[in-house]
Amino acid sequence: MDKGIIVDKVSMVYQGVKGKVEALRNVDMIVAPGDFVSIIGPSGCGKTTLMNIIAGFLEPTAGQVLIDGRKIAGPGPDRGVVFQQYAVFPWLTVRENVEFGLTLSTNYRPPAERKEIVDRLIELVGLRDFQNAYPKELSGGMKQRVAIARAYAVNPKVLLMDEPFGALDAQTRQFMQEALLDILDRERKTVIFITHSVEEAAFLSSRVVVMATRPGRIRTEIPISLPYPRDPTVRSSPQFIEIKTEIEKYVREEFQRHREIPV
Amino acid sequence: MASESLMEKQHVGSSEGSRLRGQEKRKNKTHRKVAYFCASFGLMFAVWESVRAVNLVNPKLLPSILQVLESGARMWSEGSLQAHMSASFKRVLLGFSQGIAMAIVFGFIIGWFRAARMLLDPVINFLRALPPIALIPLMIIFFGIGEMSKVVVLTYASFFPALVVIYQALVGLDPLYIRAAKALGANNFEIFKKVILPQLVPHIITACRVSLGVCWATLVAAELIAAQKGIGAMMVDAQNFFQMPPLVLGIILIGAISLAMDAFVRRVEQKVTAWQEKLS
Repeated sequence: MDKGIIVDKVSMVYQGVKGKVEALRNVDMIVAPGDFVSIIGPSGCGKTTLMNIIAGFLEPTAGQVLIDGRKIAGPGPDRGVVFQQYAVFPWLTVRENVEFGLTLSTNYRPPAERKEIVDRLIELVGLRDFQNAYPKELSGGMKQRVAIARAYAVNPKVLLMDEPFGALDAQTRQFMQEALLDILDRERKTVIFITHSVEEAAFLSSRVVVMATRPGRIRTEIPISLPYPRDPTVRSSPQFIEIKTEIEKYVREEFQRHREIPV
Repeated sequence: MASESLMEKQHVGSSEGSRLRGQEKRKNKTHRKVAYFCASFGLMFAVWESVRAVNLVNPKLLPSILQVLESGARMWSEGSLQAHMSASFKRVLLGFSQGIAMAIVFGFIIGWFRAARMLLDPVINFLRALPPIALIPLMIIFFGIGEMSKVVVLTYASFFPALVVIYQALVGLDPLYIRAAKALGANNFEIFKKVILPQLVPHIITACRVSLGVCWATLVAAELIAAQKGIGAMMVDAQNFFQMPPLVLGIILIGAISLAMDAFVRRVEQKVTAWQEKLS
């Protein structure tokens, strides 16, 4: 397979204070275009490390990551990143934030074209009434929508989302999950999504990857057959609950195993 | 999505309402601030005059407000007051702008390169702890009693506080924004210009405020020691000839000018840092 992301035998060893820490061992993963893959697992399983390697912020000690057949070297606009702490630039307005990537030399667009793209994306994430506001005037959920629009602007092949809704309250979190699916329905992207929440993984993903810890590795992959678009009411369907239970079984196992290992 | 957009509409409504109320509040607040400002100085002048009125202090030693104003008006019409003030201003502006410009350049170098920071930090802290006035005797020997020695001392006075503010700010920057910009395709120059610089602007203004204060305090001390012109020199002259009104006028001028300069920088600060989250 040529298209999509291939994680090929990636290992990562850190030099910690108490010696070497094996954050990832032989991680293999294939993400096809249009997939929504969630990565779930106990803290310390290396899911953020894996994300940082795919984003290009870290270089693996062994193995490689290919995107559309090309080995990645460093961060780049073919992979949009959405961070848990929003990372929306506070000194720019909503519009200027979304526009940011398009003013850079790698994906420069002339002002007229920029305006068109920014207008479309602000509409897409539902922030038209706030386009000239500074981030300090926005709620957490709105900031994260700015971050999503900003990532979309440079038209990446993949969205990498590192616990993007982790800092939001339960209610907003559900709204944002639904908003994200709605955005993806209208403008499809491949997504790799890190989360702690089984419910979130089950609701959003086409596939869930459960990771194990010490060393960080893939425990199992669970495909989710629920069709898109997914309505919020899916959350209470028997099929959904069944899927959730299955994921939970693996996650729980990992949490318990993790607790039994003396630290 | 229906519930989502509903939530947003409510949000818009409430934020617009609060913005209007906020404007009203701010207007009231400014009025009250001005009133308190006037009352505060009114109080000071009242105490001053009543101390004279009840003969608590020898009236020869403490001139009345009117005498101070008269001497100010006389010196103004003679042109000597303007000459003193402009001499002081020129020194401060020259020393301050040189000091800040150097602090920005060196602040970036020291903030950017860890090795430079580790190496220079102890020396910088020593030099910063040194009151600039302590350098005046040395500078007079080096550069004579002309403008040069004073401008060097003022440059020094504004350089170190600003330097420390700027490089500490650079060290304290959140790497998250740099990562976000890199992920969007920014190169190093774009990261510097579009991510690091905008975050430093508020800190550079803080540095200006601190430096301007130190600079002004140092200026007066330098002029008291050696100068023919300047507000400090004017006060020394007044002291030598036992002319109390110009002496007190000097004190008031120094206070008023540093207050005005600080207010000016604060105004600029408010304009440039509208995006920042304020604690109050």
